[in-house]
Amino acid sequence: MSVTIIAEQQEEGIHTTLPQLVSAASVVGGPCTVIIPGGGGEAAASQIEGVDKVLKFNGSCFAIFDSQSWSTALKGSIEGTVLLASTPQGRELGASLAADIGISIIQDVTSVAEGVKVERPVFSGKAIEKVAVSGAAVVTIRPNSLEPAGMGGSAPVSTIDSGEDLRLAVKEAIAKASEKIDVSDADIIISGGRGLGDISNFEKLEEVAGTLGAAVGASRAVVDEWGLPHSMQVGQTGKTVTPSLYIAVGISGAIQHLAGMRSSNYIVAINKDPEAPIFNVADYGIVASWEDALPVLHDSIKALP
Amino acid sequence: MKVAVLIKQVPDTTAKVGISNGSMDEAAISKWSISPYDEYALESALALQSGSGATVVAITLGPERASKALVDAAAVGADELLHIVHDGAIGSLSLQKALSKAVTRVGAEIVLAGKQAADTNSGSTGPGVAKALNYACVGLVSGIEGGADGFIATRSTPSGTERVFVKSPCVFAFDKGDSELRRPNVRGIMMAKKKPIEKISLGDLGVDQADGDVAVTSVEYPPEKPPGQTFQGADSASEVAIKLREEANVI
Repeated sequence: MSVTIIAEQQEEGIHTTLPQLVSAASVVGGPCTVIIPGGGGEAAASQIEGVDKVLKFNGSCFAIFDSQSWSTALKGSIEGTVLLASTPQGRELGASLAADIGISIIQDVTSVAEGVKVERPVFSGKAIEKVAVSGAAVVTIRPNSLEPAGMGGSAPVSTIDSGEDLRLAVKEAIAKASEKIDVSDADIIISGGRGLGDISNFEKLEEVAGTLGAAVGASRAVVDEWGLPHSMQVGQTGKTVTPSLYIAVGISGAIQHLAGMRSSNYIVAINKDPEAPIFNVADYGIVASWEDALPVLHDSIKALP
Repeated sequence: MKVAVLIKQVPDTTAKVGISNGSMDEAAISKWSISPYDEYALESALALQSGSGATVVAITLGPERASKALVDAAAVGADELLHIVHDGAIGSLSLQKALSKAVTRVGAEIVLAGKQAADTNSGSTGPGVAKALNYACVGLVSGIEGGADGFIATRSTPSGTERVFVKSPCVFAFDKGDSELRRPNVRGIMMAKKKPIEKISLGDLGVDQADGDVAVTSVEYPPEKPPGQTFQGADSASEVAIKLREEANVI
């Protein structure tokens, strides 16, 4: 069966998830088309190994994200299994496309095997659902779940002009307050919880984050009680993240928090309570007060050759 | 103005999940609740109710037990309750078709839903229902304001937040909202128990559940993660730093 990937934009270029989606496409099998809805990055997409064709869509409707209009514009060019990244935009567009084409959708898949068999975490990660896909379907794939495909391809790029109209209009765009790295994009995240005692102690996390090039996250408790931005919240009603390293500082590890970070590649937990549930998912657990342990960790990281 | 709120009853996020013979054991779930994001959708619907006199219709699809979610919605102020009674699994397309027909049946031009349910974690319902109704859709919404000819919704984007204008009819899929959730008072709870719930079936809505092509083969516990290494005391953090470099290779 053919595979159509809908790429997402990231800072005027192609999203880091695209090579991961191409690697999923090779498991599904069949010719692989990458659709780029507005923006740029078609040259980069054409060089990913395994891509057979790149379709670049142009049109005024791609100026802002509008899942309903985008879906109407793209659906005529879609064949077979449709793959998107399980990002907020990917999920919304995927759901619109599935409804538009009249096929099923499986969201937030973390494993793709021949057949086509996929797996996805459900119930906040407390269970894994295994799903068999026999016909065409839309599948969204959790970022960083699959190894990326290599480079070295040279797929032809063609452009399509869409006359579709937007149904939404942006009145005001408010950029993030700072240059800080967003937890959704970060390869390393250091998060703080109630154990930090006071909002001012997030500065200490910022310092470590600066050294590591990490993003700073937070538990729901401190987002709600200390008024931190919701964009920092990791967990059930915040973001689900899959960095290569997640450092939890003063976070006890409520099930809602674990749901958002337990599939991180490596987890470090610093907590003075040896019974804290965060230690059940930690690869490296440090039983100590964060005030004592964090400076040691920071200095040791700086001292690494 | 009629506002429909789509509500899903899910196992409470703190409840233990039971699995037997490759499927969910519903009897093992001790507590069912309104899915957290749906609560923010409901809260915004109630703000439209007090602000512009909108009638709020809470709609759910699920087995008999799901009526409780509607009663909970009524306790905080939902005006009308519609329960599409269905036991067992349902495909995403049939679900969206049923909900969209229910929205048409109650005559709502504005539909509010959570961005995803806490159990299946999918997030397909809002945009899918919008497609089925041919309504506009705004996702990841944290708040809406009604205007003369439409709404301004605040949504988060990869680069920050946006205030977007959309004409009704439209669907809003809610992220965690800006406003605090209201809690029911005793009077609300008493009144809610007396509020009639209209119960209909998929057949009443003309939904035949014909979507195939995907089948859940099993539900399993996640593989046990091998136990991690535990270190005592602050000084051990230096050892962890070295392991992060040499063993895990992540810094």
